[in-house]
Amino acid sequence: MDFDFTPEDEAFRAEVRDFLKRHLPKTQTPEALAEWQKQVRAKRWVGFAWPKEVGGGGGTLSQQVILKEEMAKAKAPALGTCFMGLAWVGPSIIEYGSEAQKQKFIPDILDGRYQWCTGYSEPGSGSDLAALSTRATRDGDEYVVNGQKIWTTIAMWSQWMILLVRTDPSTESKHEGITCLLVPMDTPGITVRPIKNMSGGSIFAEVFFDNVRVPVENRLGEEGQGWRVTVSALAHERSSIAEVAGLQRSLEELEALARKTRKNGRPATQDRGVRRRIARADARVEAMRLNGLRFLTKQLKGEAVGPETSVNKLQRAALEIELGELALEVQGAAGVLDREAAPEKGKWQRMALSWPEVVIGGGTPNIQRNIIAERILGLPKDP
Amino acid sequence: MNFGFTEEQELLRSEVRKFLDESCPLEMVRKITEEATGPGFSREHWQQIAELGWLGLTIPEAQGGVGLGWVDLVVVLEETGRSLFPSPLVSSTLAAHAIRRFGSAAQQARWLPPLADGTAIGTLALLEEDGAPGPAGVRLAGRSAGKGLTLTGEKHFVGDAAAADLFVVAFRRGKSKELGLAVVERGTAGLAARDLPGIDLTKRVGRIALDRVRLDRSAVLAKGSTAAVAHLFDAGALAVTAEAVGAGEAALQLTVQYARQRIQFGRPIATFQGVKHPLAEMYVDIQSFQSLVYYAAWCLDHGHADLALAVSRAKAYASEVLPRIGIDVVQLHGGIGYTWEYDAQLYLKRAKWVRPAFGDADWHYERVASLGGI
Repeated sequence: MDFDFTPEDEAFRAEVRDFLKRHLPKTQTPEALAEWQKQVRAKRWVGFAWPKEVGGGGGTLSQQVILKEEMAKAKAPALGTCFMGLAWVGPSIIEYGSEAQKQKFIPDILDGRYQWCTGYSEPGSGSDLAALSTRATRDGDEYVVNGQKIWTTIAMWSQWMILLVRTDPSTESKHEGITCLLVPMDTPGITVRPIKNMSGGSIFAEVFFDNVRVPVENRLGEEGQGWRVTVSALAHERSSIAEVAGLQRSLEELEALARKTRKNGRPATQDRGVRRRIARADARVEAMRLNGLRFLTKQLKGEAVGPETSVNKLQRAALEIELGELALEVQGAAGVLDREAAPEKGKWQRMALSWPEVVIGGGTPNIQRNIIAERILGLPKDP
Repeated sequence: MNFGFTEEQELLRSEVRKFLDESCPLEMVRKITEEATGPGFSREHWQQIAELGWLGLTIPEAQGGVGLGWVDLVVVLEETGRSLFPSPLVSSTLAAHAIRRFGSAAQQARWLPPLADGTAIGTLALLEEDGAPGPAGVRLAGRSAGKGLTLTGEKHFVGDAAAADLFVVAFRRGKSKELGLAVVERGTAGLAARDLPGIDLTKRVGRIALDRVRLDRSAVLAKGSTAAVAHLFDAGALAVTAEAVGAGEAALQLTVQYARQRIQFGRPIATFQGVKHPLAEMYVDIQSFQSLVYYAAWCLDHGHADLALAVSRAKAYASEVLPRIGIDVVQLHGGIGYTWEYDAQLYLKRAKWVRPAFGDADWHYERVASLGGI
C-alpha cells in the first residue's frame, strides 16, 4: 500500500501547480475565461487523456488524476468548453470514427467551437435505454429519422447531436439493430422544446424528429453497432476524483453555513443532529475518495474497472441529496425562502432542487443497485 | 500510487483463510462457543495460530514476532472476522501493541515473547462502569506507594477477561489529569477477573476488579500517558472494524447464496428487487467502510496525523451500518433466519458486539466533527 506518486508524476504535479499559479483566471469575465481556455488548449490539457495523434494530451492515468485533483483544489474553470464532446462524443469518434470524421469533429471539440448534445433517452426508454424506438430507414445515401428524444441536456444550445436510432426493428436482441448517427441540429424536421425543471430552470429538452434526413457518411461505426459505439472503451480514469473534490467543496461550504447560522436558538454547529450528519457525510465523501483510489489502482495494474464504480455513483447520489437537505434544515425557517431572500442568495435551495441532474442523469440509483446486484454479486437479472 | 495489497499480503490472506476454513468452519465455531463451561476458544487453535505467526504478526522479530504492520494485521483480521473465529487474538494483539509502543525495552523483552508464542494471552482493560470511551472515561485510581503503585477499582467490558494472563490497565495518576498504563499479571494479589454472559458467543467480555493491587514500578509502562490511552482506543477501534469488514462480507455472501436458491412465486427470490437492492446497498456500505479501514491501517503504520480521523470515520460508519446489515440479513432469510441452527443469527450478534466496541457511531461521528473543526 503506497499513496505516493512516482517522481515523474510529482514533477508533473509541480508543473500543474506552477501553471495554475500563473494562469488561473483572477476574474470570471468572458475575456478572462477565454484566455484561460486558450492557455490550457495550448498546453494540450483539453482532451488530456486522448491520444496525441488526434490532438489530445496523451496523458497517463495517474497524470489525469493529478491534473483533476490540482484543478479541483485551485477551483479552476473546466478544461475546454464542449462538455459532452469531451466526455463521450469525442472518445466514441476516436474509437469508431472514420478518418474523415476524426478530422471533421475532433479539432472542433478540442477548440470548443460548438456544443454537442446526446440523443439517447426517449419517452419510452429511460432506464431501459436499449428499448429505444426512434426509427431510421435507409433511403439512398441518407437515413430518414422519425421519433422523439427526451431529457436531452442542452439540446437548445447545441449544434450537433450524437443520436441513437433503431435501423432494424426485427433483431432478436434489443441491443442489436441500433445505429449511431451524428446529426446537425439545424437539419430540417428537428424541433427542440425545452423542459422546465423543478428548480424553475431549463437544462434539458424534448427533441422531435419528423422525416429528418441524415447523410450515411454521418453514421458513426457500422449499421447495427450503435450500442457498442456508445459504450466507449477508451481508458478514462475512474478515480471519481473530480466528483469527490466537488463534494468536499460542498461539504466545506455547508460547514461554513452551519458556523454562521443559528438553529432553534443556538449555533447550528452545537446541534448534535447537525454535527452527526456533517460527520456522516464527511465519512462517506472520504470513503468515495478511497474507493476511487482502489479503482485507480486496478486500472494502473491494467485490470478492467466496471460495475464497482456504481458504489461511488450510489454514494454520490445520496450525498448530493443529503447535503442540500441538510443545508435547508440548518437554515430552519429561512429554508423556505428562495433566490435573493434566502441565505447565500438561494445557493442551497438550488442544490436541493437540482440534484436529479446528477442522481437520475447517469442511470438512476435503482439501476446502479441492479448493476451491483447482477454484475458483482451474481444475482439473476430482472425479469 | 497503489491502494492495494502486495503479493505477500494476498498470500497471507489465502493462508489465513485456508486454515480457518479447514480448522474452524462455523460448525466448529458453534461447538467451541456453545459449550457452557468452556473457555470460549480452542487452546489447540491458539497454539496453531501462534505457530503460524498470527499472534506475533506486529511484534518485532527481536521479540519473537514476525515484524509486520497493521495493514498486514488487517488482512488477518478481515479473515478471522469472516470466519467469526472465536479466540482472544484481537485482545492479545492489542495488549502486545500497547506494550510494544509504550513499554521500555525491558518491558518489551519481558512480555512480548510470551505474547508472540502464545504462552501468554493479553488484553486491554480501559473502560469503566459507564462504558465511556476515550481517556475521559478513565477514573480508576493509581496511587504511588513507595517505589510502586497501588490500583483500586473495576474495569468493565474487558475482552477475554477470564482467559487473559496479563491486563494492560489504564489508570489515573493521583488527582492529576495524566493517565498511565500498568501491566497486571494474572495471580497478582487483589486481582479478580471473570467473563460475563454476552450476546455474541464468539466474543468473550468480562470484568476485572482490582482491590489494592500493589505493583512494582517495572509494571508501569514507561511511555503510558493520556495520549497513549487515546491511541489504544484508536488501535482497538481499527482492529474490531477490520473484523467487521469480514463478518459483513460473510453475512452478505450467505444471504446472496440463499436468495439464489430459495424459490418463491415460481422463481428465485434473488430476482426480486426487494431482495436484490438491500443486498446491493450492503455491498456499497461494506466496500466503503473497508476502504476507510485500509487507509486507517496505513495511517497507523506510517504515523500519519490523519490516524484519529481515519479511524473514527471507519468505526462510525461500521457501527452505524453493521447492525442494520445484521437485521436485514436475518429478515431477508425469512423464518429460517430466526432459528438457532441457521448461521444468519451469528452475524447479527457480531454486529451488536461491534457497535459499541471502542466507541459507537455517536462517539466517533462526534470526534469526526470535532477533528474537522466544527
